[in-house]
Amino acid sequence: MAGIASSLTEKQGSARGGTPRVIRNPLWVRVLFMTIAFVFVAFFLVLPLSAVFGEALRKGLRVYLASFNDPDALSAIKLTLLTALCAVPANLVFGIAASWCIAKFDFRGKALLTTLIDLPFAVSPVISGLIYVLVFGLQGWLGPYLGAGDHPWFGEWFNQQDIKIIFAVPGIVLATMFVTFPFVARELIPLMQAQGSDEEYAALTLGASGWQMFWRVTLPNIKWGLFYGVILCNARAMGEFGAVSVVSGHIRGETNTMPLHIEILYNEYNFVAAFAVSSLLALLALVTLVLKSLIEWQHARTRKDAASA
Amino acid sequence: MSVVRQRSVLPGFGLSLGFTVTYLSLIVLIPLAAAFIRTAEMSWGDFVQAVASPRVLASYRLSFGVSLLAALVNAFFGFIVAWVLVRYSFPGRKIVDALVDLPFALPTAVAGIALTAIYAKNGWVGQWAEPMWSGFLAWLTGVMPSVDWKKLLGAQIAFDRPGVFIALTFIGLPFVVRTLQPVLEELEPELEEAAASLGANRWQTMTRVIFPELLPPLITGFALAFARAVGEYGSVVFIAGNRPMHSEITPLLIITKLEQYDVRGATAIAVVMLVTSFILLFLINLLQKWSRRHHRI
Repeated sequence: MAGIASSLTEKQGSARGGTPRVIRNPLWVRVLFMTIAFVFVAFFLVLPLSAVFGEALRKGLRVYLASFNDPDALSAIKLTLLTALCAVPANLVFGIAASWCIAKFDFRGKALLTTLIDLPFAVSPVISGLIYVLVFGLQGWLGPYLGAGDHPWFGEWFNQQDIKIIFAVPGIVLATMFVTFPFVARELIPLMQAQGSDEEYAALTLGASGWQMFWRVTLPNIKWGLFYGVILCNARAMGEFGAVSVVSGHIRGETNTMPLHIEILYNEYNFVAAFAVSSLLALLALVTLVLKSLIEWQHARTRKDAASA
Repeated sequence: MSVVRQRSVLPGFGLSLGFTVTYLSLIVLIPLAAAFIRTAEMSWGDFVQAVASPRVLASYRLSFGVSLLAALVNAFFGFIVAWVLVRYSFPGRKIVDALVDLPFALPTAVAGIALTAIYAKNGWVGQWAEPMWSGFLAWLTGVMPSVDWKKLLGAQIAFDRPGVFIALTFIGLPFVVRTLQPVLEELEPELEEAAASLGANRWQTMTRVIFPELLPPLITGFALAFARAVGEYGSVVFIAGNRPMHSEITPLLIITKLEQYDVRGATAIAVVMLVTSFILLFLINLLQKWSRRHHRI
């Protein structure tokens, strides 16, 4: 993941045109390297991607389209959109807050905080789901208090509520928030650190209030990095499988997201439908890659313009 | 006593730090702490039984062994892909460059069923790779009959150990390329020209000048790919066959225990994996610091 983070801030398009002859590899080495790279990319990237669409359209377009005419598939799509709609904005607000205090201020424990933000990337998806079961599950810390019942210390109204978090939508949203937690923050922190605070100081000196400065100066400056983080966060939020699998309970039509629905269809040997739903997520992945590359090229161009000006 | 080292005129420090720490604690720290606290409640004997039973040990061997192998393969091919992307210009370079991130963007479940479809016996690749694999195993048995190669490497590609390897190679692919690329781009051609003008041939320049520069990011990328592979679940379960004691990865074992309502057993294994990945994360951070210092000089 470090690569994605650094590519926005560090990458510069550099296809070297006129390489001096002395530092060029012999022709056979170049041909060999290109061949190995192409075969590797073809086998591990192009083939899986083509297989998704190939298998989805194996029995023709009509069967493909009919796969979406299924209430369970539609409810899975709706739940996936809802989950992303909750998790992405939450992590967006967090990302802005975290990068603001880390990039613009100097305080004790800053390095520790930065490391802790990256922590979810080091945790296996399955464990990301498990830890919420430990907190909200029936045998968990808060689980026993969530169901309807006579709990001391809580009010009448609370005791009547039957709150479900695990094996329900809130658990799915929480697990998704956990696995997509660092995406926006880790794009914004290096970006805001590189930009410094001069423009904010200028705005304040000219009499802007704190929020005016934020909306008119800071936000326009970080908008591309923000967008970059959001699309990556969204792709992961919609595609998360392991963590969601642990907390969902797999109730058809209720707690199945698209990846979970794919698993069910696949295990029922309904391959065309499984790959049809997969093709939507593969399209999302392709759109994500295209947007990401566009932002990177845009960024490289503005950098080059700034350097030549 | 203030937390801020320097007074700043910028507003919003208290609000943003307060929100950051609260949100971090609620979403990440407290749930993660739950795993450690629940495990600490177990007796030592129960803990050892949960994390060191033969089936769990077999899953560690598979998960760590195959992840190591996949990360090594990614280090080799990732180096070549990064080299080709930075040094050579060819039509479609930008498309290949963008495609490298596919394993990050493609949901793991989709990758899992796609890889299974390709490498199954009647799949695009499987239909000719499967006989080759059998032939390879027969040849190995001929050379070294003392080892049960079918058991060690897996008798077939999909639904066996090679499937695990393929899935873990796929998801680890971007890490090495993306950590090497920026370093390769900043490598000054003057360095190589100097080596050449001092009489080094191309092979000497590659091995003695370029490779030492690229070693820190290469190891970092390798470690990142390895760490990701150890915890991977979605892309593996479809293609692995999931036979206990043979092709069952550790994350799957956690899910199996949960489905048997053995929450404590699942949590104990999770804690072992968490500690391992935190140690890995720590080592990766050290490596990156070392490599940054290395580059400043």
